[in-house]
Amino acid sequence: MSSGHFLEERAGQVQRTGAAPLAIDCNKDSLAGAVSQRACVFCGSRVVLYPIADALHLVHGPIGCAVYTWDIRGALSSGPELHRLSFSTDLRELDVIFGGEKKLEQALRELIERHRPAAAFVYSTCIVGIIGDDLEAVCRRVAADTKIPVLPVQSEGFKGNKRAGYEAACRALGRLIGTGDSSGIERHSINILGDFNLAGEIWTICDYYRRIGIKVVATITGDGRVADICRAHGAALNVVQCSGATMDLAVMMEERYGIPSLRVSYFGIEDMAEALYAVARHFDDQQLMERAKRLVREELQRLMPELLEYRRVLAGKRAAIYVGGAFKAFSLIKAFRLLDMQVVMVGSQTGTKEDYQELAEITDEGTVIVDDANPLELSAFIREQGVDIFVGGVKERPIAYKLGVAFCDHNHERKEMLAGFQGMINFAREVHASLTSPVWQFIPCRIKEGRS
Amino acid sequence: MTAPLPYISTTNACKLCKPLGAAIAFRGVAGCVPFLHGSQGCATYMRRYIISHFNEPIDIASSSLGEKHAVYGGAANLKIGLKNVMAAYQPEVIGVATTCLTETIGDNVPMILQEYREELGRAEGPAIVHVSTPSYGGTHMEGFHAAVRAVVEQLTEESAPHQRINLLGGFVSTADLRWLTSVCRDFGLEATLLPDYSESLDGEIAEEYQMLPSGGTSLPAIRAMGGARATVELGSTLPAETAGTHLQQRFHCRLERLGLPIGIGATDRLFTLFSELSGRQIPARHRGDRGRLIDALVDGHKYCSGKRAVLYGEEDLVVGMAAFLAEIGIRPVLCGSGGKSGRFRQAISAALDGLVDELPAVYEDIDFYDIEQATADTEIDLLVGNSKGYAWARRQQIPLIRIGFPIHDRIGGQRILHLGYQGAQALFDLIVNTLIEKKQDDSPVGYSYM
Repeated sequence: MSSGHFLEERAGQVQRTGAAPLAIDCNKDSLAGAVSQRACVFCGSRVVLYPIADALHLVHGPIGCAVYTWDIRGALSSGPELHRLSFSTDLRELDVIFGGEKKLEQALRELIERHRPAAAFVYSTCIVGIIGDDLEAVCRRVAADTKIPVLPVQSEGFKGNKRAGYEAACRALGRLIGTGDSSGIERHSINILGDFNLAGEIWTICDYYRRIGIKVVATITGDGRVADICRAHGAALNVVQCSGATMDLAVMMEERYGIPSLRVSYFGIEDMAEALYAVARHFDDQQLMERAKRLVREELQRLMPELLEYRRVLAGKRAAIYVGGAFKAFSLIKAFRLLDMQVVMVGSQTGTKEDYQELAEITDEGTVIVDDANPLELSAFIREQGVDIFVGGVKERPIAYKLGVAFCDHNHERKEMLAGFQGMINFAREVHASLTSPVWQFIPCRIKEGRS
Repeated sequence: MTAPLPYISTTNACKLCKPLGAAIAFRGVAGCVPFLHGSQGCATYMRRYIISHFNEPIDIASSSLGEKHAVYGGAANLKIGLKNVMAAYQPEVIGVATTCLTETIGDNVPMILQEYREELGRAEGPAIVHVSTPSYGGTHMEGFHAAVRAVVEQLTEESAPHQRINLLGGFVSTADLRWLTSVCRDFGLEATLLPDYSESLDGEIAEEYQMLPSGGTSLPAIRAMGGARATVELGSTLPAETAGTHLQQRFHCRLERLGLPIGIGATDRLFTLFSELSGRQIPARHRGDRGRLIDALVDGHKYCSGKRAVLYGEEDLVVGMAAFLAEIGIRPVLCGSGGKSGRFRQAISAALDGLVDELPAVYEDIDFYDIEQATADTEIDLLVGNSKGYAWARRQQIPLIRIGFPIHDRIGGQRILHLGYQGAQALFDLIVNTLIEKKQDDSPVGYSYM
């Protein structure tokens, strides 16, 4: 299918590196009927708060929103696993007519009684925004009686896109932070924001920081605990990954408590090393820096031989990337480069103008850059660009497979750690495993095009 | 067994929402793009959920409503969305299902679609079917049946009587749909199977990427369903008004309702009906399947005898499975569903009549948390249902027999055959081997013979 079939209204959201100065249209509502890969405001909030494992996450709405997000992510917990249950007020027709406040209050009380959570988050869904339930009032009453924080999350699906959901989640977190005792926290201390502890990644990251002499106060969005979050204002620095999701929280903490923040990524060797160096530089401590350098050296010595093996096989292959947040795309481009592979298409659901500008700067001429893509565009670009491997999430995977293209799962339910130095090896292994599978020799379109 | 406490909240629901069922049903109509009128998240969440079971692309369009549409109405976006779907997919049919948002803001979808057709000003263009599916109005099964009914209500026309039959198979697997098709062929029955997502949600790998996958019930066949000799509608907890009753009332099409043909008795009933409708004996192939199945049941009966199972999932599936388990000597101790048809208990009793001494506890509108509570002091050997029971099965170390939808933690969930003698054979082997494996693994000996 030629790009002639693309929807006209989407033209501004697709660009090519080098064709003209980048002027991509982005951060706007998805086009109706375009089959966007994006979800909604609720999704954004749910993503950020989900890994807080000792909190009750009650979805106030009809059953769908809760049931589609039940144990949906690989955000691991080292302790309680309350976050892996799916709680809903399961609104019915009569609740919609007469209002859902009473049901919400009863549901909250019984669930708090049953599970004794450290806090409760109450997510509003589309319907709640329409029937006008006063979440704030219900949460206040229940909090007063149960003596735990009960926080409304204003995440009505239609009130913007995923980004609005991130903001709503950050606002809810903002109400917890500062309520705990922050005494006794060391000088070289950080909070980790925006890592979701998929496959246990945050434990590796925390271990790196510990080895160089940094104390982690709260891991907020990965293996998170309410008590840690309450005292997160005692940390000296916020280290923020996935800046789209949690940058608002970092900004709020800077305004309120004067805590500076750093943007980092833990994907790929370069970015992982830089995440350690940046923190060491921030504290302006030679010892920290020395230890960070030693750690990087040790890790690289361990993984480089295997990595070079993969590189030999993978060199020259063409990759496409479609991810939720653009930060992941930056790191993936660098990671592919390290494997001597070429990125020929890159896109994200929620990138900003600055993100896309940066993507244009770090990609080769002719690379397709796309915002808020859909199956029509993704399938067309994969063919047009002669892609060998596609990196994306669950909704992208069947598109690649139907086209007979290898795939790397960079989704939120993955079981393999992709962050950290070990993550780079895991990534290379997965790319290698998919690309070198004998299965591609049987794919009709590859046989036809002589690619198998 | 303890009755579950009267809790208000739902924990780990044993049901999905209404538009999801509609989207799957629409996917079973040839050239049809499912379209959800609501906010973007509904379509995306459901796509993800469905993809994780079928491992197939499923494009569900959305009118992607934002805040201002919630205030001023979603008509404009619905129309833009339809235009874009036509441009991108060139569909023959668009199946528009509403969501809680658009039902509650009061969008009059039939009227908006009428306006749209007039604005379009031409007779061509895809057929547009609409169905009302607010999430708070029922489960995915109500959505599924409502969408199938909407398809025949809005697309089927008066037609001259013909020899075909209508087969409304319900929400079964793609393997089940293929089996139903092959059985009709073996009986020499020409059947319109609606919906038929056996190919569109379980397709071959093709030479060209298909934006709209092939397969599905064809529009001409749907239009002609009113002239069929009979409608066979599968399901034992069906709503009062279905596609089958519509065809009966409007076109006087004979309606035969049977439970899902799971296990021997239920399959026998379907074959008896097909025999009557076709005027043919049961084909030799199926007599052979039945004979081999019974031979196998004898070989394995001692491994099942007296075992106790909990069943959960869609009501029709649970009813069918309960009867099959009872036929092989496994006692259903609890049957649970998030559905609330009001017919579940009665259907279970009818299906188990003469097969068990004691009826199982039957719960409608129940969630996994309460199922687990209700069976806390009960000995259970097997869980039988979709993959959402896994956490419980793991915690209690009870083997889980995965059937139905969704199967999110195994490959090939869509290819599980439940129906007919062949389906019973596959399920029987799986169940017996699971029980043997459990005994073998738990044993200090490690027996090398069964």
